[in-house]
Amino acid sequence: MAVLVDKDTRVVVQGITGTQGRYHTASMLKYGTKVVAGTSPGKSGQEVNGVPVFDSISEAVKAEDATASIIFIPAPFAGDAALEAIAAGLNPVVVITEHVPVKDEIRMIHAAKQKGITVIGPNTPGVIVPGAKQKVGIMPGHVFSDGKVGLMSRSGTLTYEIAAGMTNAGIGISTAIGLGGDPCVGLTTIEGVKLFKEDKNTKALVIVGEIGGDAEERAATYISKEYDLPVVGFIAGRTAPPGKRMGHAGAIISGSAGTAAAKIKALNDAGVEVAEKPSDVARLLKESL
Amino acid sequence: MKLFEHEAKDIFRAFNLPTPPGGLAKTPKEARERAVEVGKPVAVKAMVLAGKRGKAGGVKFADTPQEAEKRAEEILKMRINDLPVSAVLVEEKLNVEQEIYAGITVDRNERKYVVIGSASGGMSIEELAEKSPEKIVKMYVDPNLGFQPYEARQMAISMGFKGKAISQLGSFFQKLWNIVEAYDVELTEINPLILTKEGKFFAADARLNIDDNSLFRHKAMIEKLKREPVEQNDRERMATEHDMAYVELDGNIACICNGAGLTMATLDAVSVYGGEASTFLDLGGGADAERVEKGIEIALMYPKVKAILVNIMGGITRCDEVAKGILAARDEGEITTPMVIRMVGTNEEEGQEILKEAGIPFLKTMEEAASKVVELVKEVA
Repeated sequence: MAVLVDKDTRVVVQGITGTQGRYHTASMLKYGTKVVAGTSPGKSGQEVNGVPVFDSISEAVKAEDATASIIFIPAPFAGDAALEAIAAGLNPVVVITEHVPVKDEIRMIHAAKQKGITVIGPNTPGVIVPGAKQKVGIMPGHVFSDGKVGLMSRSGTLTYEIAAGMTNAGIGISTAIGLGGDPCVGLTTIEGVKLFKEDKNTKALVIVGEIGGDAEERAATYISKEYDLPVVGFIAGRTAPPGKRMGHAGAIISGSAGTAAAKIKALNDAGVEVAEKPSDVARLLKESL
Repeated sequence: MKLFEHEAKDIFRAFNLPTPPGGLAKTPKEARERAVEVGKPVAVKAMVLAGKRGKAGGVKFADTPQEAEKRAEEILKMRINDLPVSAVLVEEKLNVEQEIYAGITVDRNERKYVVIGSASGGMSIEELAEKSPEKIVKMYVDPNLGFQPYEARQMAISMGFKGKAISQLGSFFQKLWNIVEAYDVELTEINPLILTKEGKFFAADARLNIDDNSLFRHKAMIEKLKREPVEQNDRERMATEHDMAYVELDGNIACICNGAGLTMATLDAVSVYGGEASTFLDLGGGADAERVEKGIEIALMYPKVKAILVNIMGGITRCDEVAKGILAARDEGEITTPMVIRMVGTNEEEGQEILKEAGIPFLKTMEEAASKVVELVKEVA
């Protein structure tokens, strides 16, 4: 069992003929992901790694029964690509692209909401379900092992770091979700917690947050009231100065808002232990399990 | 991209949003001319992209053109927040009845634009939120419909305005929204928005930040400004050119990593062991040898750097490429400080083999690496 993606998910890759699209299509197929179609306007009839290419999402859905989308389209056109996937009813829509204008993000997120569709990202490494051998994303599959801990994160490589630590400690993952590093993302931390709460096979959660906004604080409030299983946290950016964007568009302390200290306190107050170093996550999980 | 007040006000006027009469001056003499044109007492304001300009003495008043020239001379010599003042804006000093706050920004939780107003402006919105949160009015913008005139009037009504002021202030908010839509604005503030004793509204100040990710849509506007979108030093510019995220800090350890979250966590780990980072450098995904070498080169250009910590969690990034990049930097004689390397993940063994043969030590965990680099810096110092 897992959230958002399972063994029956059939993925269409938007932008499959680009460098990133090609590379990650191969990598997803190798991992076991059911990549059933790709799109690239004007290139129907071609194949990428044996995956048929279509001119539009609606054709891809008609021919291959695709159910979910992953987007490798350059930022100026990523919003349009997401709207096309949403219009066709694909769910989830995983937007890997970085640097998408916030206006386009707002539009795609609310278009999806109206249809009950989950957008993951933009600026996300995607979703992986080791138990179903499905990754709809760009993460290195081998660092994630199958198990019962849900993992959510606003960053990419830091997630791999923590997942690798868990794998080495013999702790497996039910689903890992990259929420995305932008200020406005589709699936939020609190919504992620709610999804995992409904998943009977997820017995504990790891929340990897970072400076900026108050998504972790909001999730903490929810956890203290509604979530009874163990949760371990990690917050990146304890030493980041205010007013500077730390790589991610969303990782910025504005005035006194969005500090790591405030997030750690909120999580602690909700009974969530927060690791000081990434390697402490696996240890804290072991203690709480 | 942050616009200067005068640049923002040019846009305001193009949208018929009233600003006080006046103009830009680059010399004291020009300031005098502007004051003559205004023909009334004026405010002389420093054009810098820094907050708290007023408190730093960057806004002064003058009753006569002669006085305006003097004030401009003083202000043009100032540095505010360590930034030079290249011009002043000379504007009519308004007959203030009331100072108002008006702003529009993106709400990260709602994932909507939010329009914010308060009848008691003048102080910062943070201060206002602390002192009198009940006086702040907020309305979220419907992502499908946009911001409607009746909503704009509702803002004015909720802020306590009556009579003619409702339509006047409403129209102000409406135009501000039109600007946000047209220019992908991520934050705009008019603080203060002035209601004069004559019953008119003026944008006395103007803050306009455009979403950097949207600049490809606004090339014509940027061209008109005749300046770079962002002020950067040489190192920052080089990093941007190579699509790396680069932030300078006050410590002495440069952290070169792949991924923003991992880089932040590496900075934090350095601090856990008693060190302080000088550099946040995120190489991004899939860095090859050349990119790694360039990253090291940029990091070493910053004089504060006393040691380097390379921390790579290989996914798309391959450790053998990273190792080759480090080797190239060393062979070019670029590496002038102690360096600690930690890399794991894709092609880890090949990478470590390359480093071993070259006699470059490496560590396996982030914690060992962070504590080691702190130790080395202490030795150097």
